[in-house]
Amino acid sequence: MKPIFNDHTPIYLQIMTHIKKQIVVHILQPGDKLPSVRELSKNLEVNPNTVQRAYQELEREEITYTQRGMGTFVTDIEEKLHMLKKEMAKDLITNFIQQMKSIGFVEDELAEIIAVFIKKNKE
Amino acid sequence: MQKLIGISNVKKQYSKSKIALDGIDLEIPVGKIIGLLGPNGSGKTTFMKMLAGIARPTEGKIYIDGQEPGVYTKSIVSYLPDQNQLFKWMKVQDAVAFYTDFFQDFEMEKAKELLTRFEIGNKERVTSLSKGTVEKLNLILCLSRKAKLYVLDEPLGGVDPVARDQIIDMILDHFHEDCTMIISTHIVSEMERLFDEVLFLQRGKIVLGGNAEELRLQRAKSIDAVYREVFAQC
Repeated sequence: MKPIFNDHTPIYLQIMTHIKKQIVVHILQPGDKLPSVRELSKNLEVNPNTVQRAYQELEREEITYTQRGMGTFVTDIEEKLHMLKKEMAKDLITNFIQQMKSIGFVEDELAEIIAVFIKKNKE
Repeated sequence: MQKLIGISNVKKQYSKSKIALDGIDLEIPVGKIIGLLGPNGSGKTTFMKMLAGIARPTEGKIYIDGQEPGVYTKSIVSYLPDQNQLFKWMKVQDAVAFYTDFFQDFEMEKAKELLTRFEIGNKERVTSLSKGTVEKLNLILCLSRKAKLYVLDEPLGGVDPVARDQIIDMILDHFHEDCTMIISTHIVSEMERLFDEVLFLQRGKIVLGGNAEELRLQRAKSIDAVYREVFAQC
């Protein structure tokens, strides 16, 4: 799977999000090994230093850990993974609210709009 | 971070009215890919020729790995010129032999493997190859040296989109943490994901430079868009 990056936001952030998504939807399981920096760099056609930076940040956020000489692995701390999902949801919602506001809705209307939308979808 | 190149107040004047480089100050660390960006005639090629040691600054100093351009620096700098410099009489195998003779760090096995991968036959004449293939051949020769510094002048020059991907692949394949690459291009969008740092050159001066990711963050724009913005003003 090759994510399509845009070039107007830092690429390491996009790589981080890409990996986080894979973790949240269990394409990458707890304890799974991430591709090597070199492998991912070639795959995505980005500078290996950029991938390295993404990996460093993921480790700093304790989403992954590195075993010397073995590679980078997805954390198996349940709590962390749960939080990751929550955080990603938060980002999406914040983004949604911003976008809705930018086309003229007010916050109080949003809950109802979503409720109605979901109900319609189910029918 | 370990420094590979130090440049102070470098100027290059070809004639009274023609100033190619006008006071360049720069330090370049080991292990980075630097994008040298600018329109035609901004001084990119002159700058790269100086690093390759085939043009001398009119003023100022250049140090590569602690030494001024000369015999030593030529042995650690692998240069891809912006146009084919292989002799017309050469077959592919002659070009390989030529590099083997000239450069101690040339890895013939690597070159052969790449030639096979790109389906460039040993017996073919350089003059019979298409423009894109000649560019690939030159890049293969350049990257098959185990250099400390690679100076690539427009590696995507005249090649089609598929070949572009192959060339980007080849560059990524050969980049490792103890070497540095300086790559010039005016096709920014195709290459910007390769760059750690970018330098914008305009009329012989560096008008903007910095970490590519920081620039994206600061300006919420791609390097390509920043390029268009910077050079639209002139």
